[in-house]
Amino acid sequence: MSTSWPEAFDLGARDAMRPDADRENEERRGGVFRRLRASLSKSRQALVEEISASLFDRIDEETWERLEEALILADVGAPTTAEVVERLEQEVDGGAVSADGEAVRERLIEILAEVAANGRSPIDLSAEPAVLLMVGVNGTGKTTTIGKIAWHLSKEFGLSVVLAAADTYRAAAAEQLAEWAERAGAELIRSAPGGDPGAVAFDAIAAARARGADVVIVDTAGRLHTQGNLMDELTKVRRVIAKQMPDAPHETLLSIDATTGQNGLRQAKIFSEAVEVDGVVLTKLDGTAKGGIVLAIANELRIPVKLIGTGESLEDLRPFDPEDFARALLTE
Amino acid sequence: MFEQLSDRLQATLSEVRSRGKLNEGDVDAAMREIRLALLEADVNFKVVKGFTKTLKERCLGADVLESLDPGQQVVKIVNEELTGLMGGAGRDLAFASSGPTVILMAGLQGSGKTTACAKLARLLGESGKNVALAACDVYRPAAVDQLITIGERAGAHVYEQGTDADPVEIAAWALDRAREEERDVLIVDTAGRLHIDTELMDELAKIRKRTKPHDVLLVVDAMTGQDAVGVAESFAEVAEFDGVVMTKLDGDARGGAALSVKAVTGKPILFASTGEKLEAFERFHPDRMASRILGMGDVLSLIEKAEQQVDERQAEDLQKKLESDRFTLEDFLQQMRQVRKMGPLSGLIGMLPGMGAMKQLKNAEVDEGELDRVEAIILSMTPLERANPSIIKGSRRKRIAMGSGTKVQNVNQLVKQFDQMRKMMRQMVSGKMPDPQQLAQMSGGAPRPKIRRR
Repeated sequence: MSTSWPEAFDLGARDAMRPDADRENEERRGGVFRRLRASLSKSRQALVEEISASLFDRIDEETWERLEEALILADVGAPTTAEVVERLEQEVDGGAVSADGEAVRERLIEILAEVAANGRSPIDLSAEPAVLLMVGVNGTGKTTTIGKIAWHLSKEFGLSVVLAAADTYRAAAAEQLAEWAERAGAELIRSAPGGDPGAVAFDAIAAARARGADVVIVDTAGRLHTQGNLMDELTKVRRVIAKQMPDAPHETLLSIDATTGQNGLRQAKIFSEAVEVDGVVLTKLDGTAKGGIVLAIANELRIPVKLIGTGESLEDLRPFDPEDFARALLTE
Repeated sequence: MFEQLSDRLQATLSEVRSRGKLNEGDVDAAMREIRLALLEADVNFKVVKGFTKTLKERCLGADVLESLDPGQQVVKIVNEELTGLMGGAGRDLAFASSGPTVILMAGLQGSGKTTACAKLARLLGESGKNVALAACDVYRPAAVDQLITIGERAGAHVYEQGTDADPVEIAAWALDRAREEERDVLIVDTAGRLHIDTELMDELAKIRKRTKPHDVLLVVDAMTGQDAVGVAESFAEVAEFDGVVMTKLDGDARGGAALSVKAVTGKPILFASTGEKLEAFERFHPDRMASRILGMGDVLSLIEKAEQQVDERQAEDLQKKLESDRFTLEDFLQQMRQVRKMGPLSGLIGMLPGMGAMKQLKNAEVDEGELDRVEAIILSMTPLERANPSIIKGSRRKRIAMGSGTKVQNVNQLVKQFDQMRKMMRQMVSGKMPDPQQLAQMSGGAPRPKIRRR
């Protein structure tokens, strides 16, 4: 069973607003999730084909080599790949898992899902208002992800959402967020281009408190983690947010592009040092990239993926499910 | 875990070096390290396999084993093979003999197309060309606005029809206008698209057919992982791109995607985008990139930058002053300004040989704001104080701090650091530079993941 939207959030006292599971399931059948379901079942089928056809026909040295190759081609990276394969191999050699294709395959999925689930927790929206800070490298899909989250919270959960356009650097970033705000029915707080990002976040939280809004989502400018001054600026934005509301931000999400290779680990580490990242949003999973780097991130840094982006329309964002992800990781 | 590829290879090859002669075991060990490093640099698995195979054959060749310094031979071979794989010397854009030269830009979402368009426009505008941009990304919210803003900043005219028109029609219309208005170059910005999105890939093919571009450039994020190969192959098929723009090269991604893309499509990397500013865009030097991967430093790029920016006579003056120990804070200010003209300091450090291995320097954040403060402090000094920093005491200190908006401690610190620097420079002038090779060997290496021999 995949992780559902209501399970993806901790709503605290607003729990009554949680859409019930039946409605959710109905919608799945009805169409919102139709496309996702279709693509998912396609992946599942492909996975079964791939594995039964090539990987686990016979369990020998070549099996492990091909498994390594598959994981590395999925961007999992050498250290985590070596760890996973070694563990599986030992379990098979030691007799804990029978050397049967089907059993080995299922055990592999289990191990991968276990690694992916490291440090897992729902997105914390229990505070009033709950402040969500979105950070990431340029072009990873922060603004789009925020638009989608806002839409879900507003349309599916009935929460009132304020968006803070704290990307005051990139040309037309606020305009882009404004379009999303309109689609999601969220309020937008913005400043003049080149304004102080901390001040925008501060004002947005003040506005949300004054109006009793449920959630504030702060969009920040994309920045390379190697740009020290821009990372300092981000730390400052976080500090300013905490000044307006002591425990905020309650959730800090890092967007990572699924096509990213081993540099993703660097991104997660350094962003986490600057703003204490609670979770990853893995974007652009609708391409052919598998996003395996998040497995390395979960394994080495214990930062879990919380949401995945699978396309450009509003519905193309969904909660992360470790098992589904593990299964999809090895498909052609 | 996070060493640069160059550190890895330096560590590996220094082990080989210390053995004197290579046997097959040595070569295998070196290949294993190189393979791991390349994988960690995101070079595609299959490309790595092919590369290390060729490499091993060459390394096991008789001339290597019989040579006096096999370690150096391996470095040379790796460098040659890597340079070969990267595509040898760079290539130029193709320009139309008459009428506007059309450059079509394509790529995945978020790879940096719109920014690259404006940067390329600025670069071509600088060489005297009349450049226009066509805004054909009608899908991403506010993409047209973004191109208008940064296009203007780049000094290029932007042809746009908002977001309701068809991108193919916008491109064709923009080309007509560019012809009428006698522009030299038209750069067509397109929406980011997935290589498996047949509808949008068809649209790209149509834009290509209608505008008959002289150059089609694929924009690739330097941080791309294994998937770079699939993306490049699909775009090569549909858009028949002629060259590649690598973006976000100012980060610490090792950019293995550059190697992969070149290896599978045979298309050269033409430009490198290296920073937030519009000027941070330069010609890509494959041969230099290979050297940089190997830790030899991007010395050639650095020299080129220095040649553009540093006034030679001033440099000579400085050399004399250093030798005669008459180096003042005024000289320091001039020097600092010249260096800063070359771009952000963190970028410059990466180009220096041996610096890849110097952890403390690599991780050292060069705070540009700190440099601004230093400038402000020096500017608040009188000429006499700049020439004789030792007279800066009590009330002078206070005045300078007030004038520069800093604290007395900052002024003290600067004077002290300047003093230390002067001492260090005296040493350097007398020829006592640290040996990069020694520094490289000091760096050592983290435990390697155990992956199998391929």
